[in-house]
Amino acid sequence: MTVAPAMVAESGPAGHRPVYEVARLSKVYPRNAFTALDNVNLVLREGEFASVIGASGCGKSTLLKIMAGLLPPTRGRVVLNETPVMGPRPDIGMMFQQATLLPWKTTLENIVLPIEIREGRAAAKRARGRARQILELVGLGKAVDTYPSELSGGMAQRAAICRMLITDPAVLLLDEPFSALDELTRDFMNMELQRICMERRATAFLVTHSIPEAVILSDKIYIMQANPGHIAEIIEIDLPRPRTLDLINTKRFGEIVSHIREKLDRERFI
Amino acid sequence: MTPTTYHTVTEAPAAGQDLPDTVWQEHEPLIDRIPRWVAMTGLFVAIVGLWYGVTALNIVSPIILPTPGETWDDLVFVGGNMLSGGYVLDAMITTTLTVLYGFAIAIGIGFSLGVLVGETKFGERAVMPYLVAIDTMPKVAFAPLFIAWLGFDIGSKVALAAFIATFPIVVSTAAGLYAASENERHLFKSMGASRLQTLIRLKLPTGLPYFFTGLKIAAVGVMAGAITGEFLGGGRGVGALIRVSASQLDTPRVFSLIIYLSFLGLTLYLIVVWLQRTFVFWNKSDKPGGIG
Repeated sequence: MTVAPAMVAESGPAGHRPVYEVARLSKVYPRNAFTALDNVNLVLREGEFASVIGASGCGKSTLLKIMAGLLPPTRGRVVLNETPVMGPRPDIGMMFQQATLLPWKTTLENIVLPIEIREGRAAAKRARGRARQILELVGLGKAVDTYPSELSGGMAQRAAICRMLITDPAVLLLDEPFSALDELTRDFMNMELQRICMERRATAFLVTHSIPEAVILSDKIYIMQANPGHIAEIIEIDLPRPRTLDLINTKRFGEIVSHIREKLDRERFI
Repeated sequence: MTPTTYHTVTEAPAAGQDLPDTVWQEHEPLIDRIPRWVAMTGLFVAIVGLWYGVTALNIVSPIILPTPGETWDDLVFVGGNMLSGGYVLDAMITTTLTVLYGFAIAIGIGFSLGVLVGETKFGERAVMPYLVAIDTMPKVAFAPLFIAWLGFDIGSKVALAAFIATFPIVVSTAAGLYAASENERHLFKSMGASRLQTLIRLKLPTGLPYFFTGLKIAAVGVMAGAITGEFLGGGRGVGALIRVSASQLDTPRVFSLIIYLSFLGLTLYLIVVWLQRTFVFWNKSDKPGGIG
């Protein structure tokens, strides 16, 4: 294992083994010699929910793409379960800003798509029972055979969660998954996500630009700043779980939010 | 949590309870309220009436514009000829075959080139500029070449029809392949999909609406190409009949043949529309008025 900076290595719930490790990660886009990421270090421990927050263009999407194996790093180590990430992997689950359900497939067919792509149609057919169970879990039991055009935004994102979970990935990478939803739905979906992650003891990494969303979901928040993209601060969120939306009104929550906002704002004026 | 301190209002506001409603209707202009069949029939009657007026008052010479009556008589005559298996039927079959062969070839070549252009950098960088260059040429000018290469038989007409219809299919197929969003591509990449899987499972289905739009344009082009080929290269098609009738100043015949040809074109177009509705069942947004 690579030695991570002390600040990170000491933190996290004791005894939880590291699942995802990023060390000395840098990304330079050769076309314009733009340094998107500079010396990023982070460790995701088993069952931990971490978020990265920052203004647009701070490199957080680049970081997620590298962690997903969609983009090669320029320098540094990216390791999931002690195997280097050198491309897309079945043990990484991803979710995007849009649900990206295929409109010509039913909800159920969309859920088993990852299995269809990796193992073929027969395996996808066998996975249907499991897909139904997962859909039931997120309250989409009745929408199994409907097409995505008939689903609301929140329902579609719940289906996307199911598609991510069907392969039972070791880590969930979430790229602003609910930012296209209205605020009421978004709050609700965040609570759903928390419930699902707690039930499955999932290790998750969320990219967001909503401070309250990051605070209510995360055990740990990485604040990113731009030029070049680097982690400016790491914050442990010690609020008890399960967290409810009422938490937003507490003093502690407000303090954490304003601390992060200050950190992000300061960068903007420099 | 601190106890809530807001007040819940239990009484409804009482103002205006005894006053009349203020309901009002949205005004739709008369022209938008006409039912479709009335509008279509009315417009038809108006055009034929104008046509009749112009010919009856001798404003236009009957050699240039036949009367509606003459045209109707000729429509009946030509219709009868076709029903009894006469020479117009032969011409119609020839033209129909020309159109179908040309369309099939255009779909085959257009789709293949479209995939090459839309899916590979080589196609986009090297092939597309040449296609654009050829597309900007007046394609009808190639007709003498096709006749020289393929003779006065159906082959040269099929070639011209296919030549004209290929380009819209290339462009629309390529555009369709670009239509998948970045997120969708990332999704497929993250699932470990191969390039072929991404093409077949994502890009081609996403591009189908574009492809069918190209087919509709091509369906119109293939008709124009076939008839132009028959004008210029003779043979046994309807285009040749029209040219002969026109040279004999038999304008009613020209009119009726054009009308029957338009049925052929419309049928082809409607088949494409039907195929689109069948295959692109998830995309129901593009049917203003219901005929395309």
